[in-house]
Amino acid sequence: MPDTMLFAMEAALNGLTAGVMYALVALGFVLIFKASGIFNFSQGVMALFAALTLVGLQSGQVPFAHLINAIFGTRIHYFGWTLPTLVAIAGTVAVMVAFAWLVERYIFRHLVNQEPIILFMATIGLAYFLEGLGDVMWGAEVKRLDVGIPQGMSGTVDDLTFAWFGYGFYMDTLELWAALIAGVLVLSLILFSQYTKQGRALRAVADDHQAALSVGISLRFIWVLVWSMAGIVALVAGMMWGAKSGVQFSLSLIALKALPVLILGGFTSIPGAIVGGLIIGVGERLFDFFLGPIIGGATENWFAYMLALVFLLFRPQGLFGEKIIERV
Amino acid sequence: MFDVRTDTETLLQVNNIEVIYNHVILVLKGVSLSVPKGGITALLGGNGAGKSTTLKSISGLLHSERGEITKGSITYRGENLAGRDPADLVKTGIIQVMEGRHCFEHLTVEENLLTGAYTRRDGGKSVADDLEMVYEYFPRLKERRRSQSGYTSGGEQQMTAIGRALMSRPETILLDEPSMGLAPQLVEQIFEIVQRLNKEQGVTFLLAEQNTNVALRYAHVGYILENGRVVMEGSADALRENPDVKEFYLGMSDKGRKSFRDVRSYRRRKRWLA
Repeated sequence: MPDTMLFAMEAALNGLTAGVMYALVALGFVLIFKASGIFNFSQGVMALFAALTLVGLQSGQVPFAHLINAIFGTRIHYFGWTLPTLVAIAGTVAVMVAFAWLVERYIFRHLVNQEPIILFMATIGLAYFLEGLGDVMWGAEVKRLDVGIPQGMSGTVDDLTFAWFGYGFYMDTLELWAALIAGVLVLSLILFSQYTKQGRALRAVADDHQAALSVGISLRFIWVLVWSMAGIVALVAGMMWGAKSGVQFSLSLIALKALPVLILGGFTSIPGAIVGGLIIGVGERLFDFFLGPIIGGATENWFAYMLALVFLLFRPQGLFGEKIIERV
Repeated sequence: MFDVRTDTETLLQVNNIEVIYNHVILVLKGVSLSVPKGGITALLGGNGAGKSTTLKSISGLLHSERGEITKGSITYRGENLAGRDPADLVKTGIIQVMEGRHCFEHLTVEENLLTGAYTRRDGGKSVADDLEMVYEYFPRLKERRRSQSGYTSGGEQQMTAIGRALMSRPETILLDEPSMGLAPQLVEQIFEIVQRLNKEQGVTFLLAEQNTNVALRYAHVGYILENGRVVMEGSADALRENPDVKEFYLGMSDKGRKSFRDVRSYRRRKRWLA
């Protein structure tokens, strides 16, 4: 096999793992959008907040330490204990569920039947609030997140590919794990929505709010449920990206990468988010590999957006956008 | 079988309700009606008379359309229904089949039916039994159980909607405009099933219908709404024989056919006199 093909394959594989991460972030948007028609601008900040909370719980940080110290003149920062990763993750999940409940109770319950743009504005407000809350609660400095997954080159992949092709592929162990975890999460979300009573109710609400109400499905409960699910998805995304490049404000910008994925896959489709994420992940690596050197590199920064633009021109509903069923 | 003269136990009582949409639009101007237990009650009247609004006030769906009951009360078995949400009412035994069917398009027919059992806590076995019961009444649905509801015909969707309501084990079904957009033969078929459900399962029906002719043939009691008020009420037989109902709603008259213009002005005069 010629070397170029091997390099391209390596790039594509790395693109796949990145694509799973994009898909994961996009999935958070799709869940909420499908069930409530809300485009949740705060999804990225939710990922940041979840990661901050995870680090805080893990390292035994005192929440609101700066505020407490400023008011009472104390000097507390840490409780003095550290939590095992799994316990901290469980704690963070609880925090995200509580967050979902609060969002429904204090924001969206009062905005029932409002225009989508008003709901969207509310999520912008929520994003800024949450960003500030994260800072006040856990501090604004860059934090290291270690969830016990090794980083760096994966020896297994290197050995395997060397044995097969005579050339070892470079793949990051963390990214492999992230892809695996994201895959499991996506699979369980699909199973949940296809085969459980609550999942069926979720799809019913997505199809027709009024009819769902009429058969006794509580919209409030369903909203708390989807926001909790989006919160958990945000936690996984925040955890993986945070472990890779530190927990800091820029983490919330991963939401920007999800936008082209959504345009590609359709705002209402879970499979769309996954396929869209993979296409963008692989596409941007391959594009950079083949055409990057010719046009000066750094194409990864804009490739996804350009692809989204092309899609908007030719297929605005996305690859898997809700097929509008019409009987003839 | 239900008999208007002897079965007088009232299940649902609507007392003089007034409904306002969006804080400004007055839709019901004092509607009262009582629905006898085990009977089929028809709510008749033209477009915009307030039939659907009356049903939604009972089922609690009014709130989500920015409507509210500003006067009067609704009681079910003597209990006040004010401020109760639809989920709670479904558990009490009242469920509405909405106008225009409102099936979940992307769910299969069977999944649609199962959503009707959402509020039930009595286990998978009895839900499965009820699913079989629904398929007995609507054999067509069994054939189409795996099809996405959006791709089924209008009649099948109406059957799905009624079947879905049945899955909640209701005591009372509020059926809004079951004949809408269906071929006459199919309308007849749907009403026959309603009648069978009423007889065999003891389900009480309150149905809103524009098709006065069909509705009065199957109902026991009827109410005629016009402009947000009840203008006439009585047993279905009495209504069918009433000369005004015959003329305005059934299109029959002693003096042969009348031109539409004459009917309109006559109706207006009647209303002023009332």
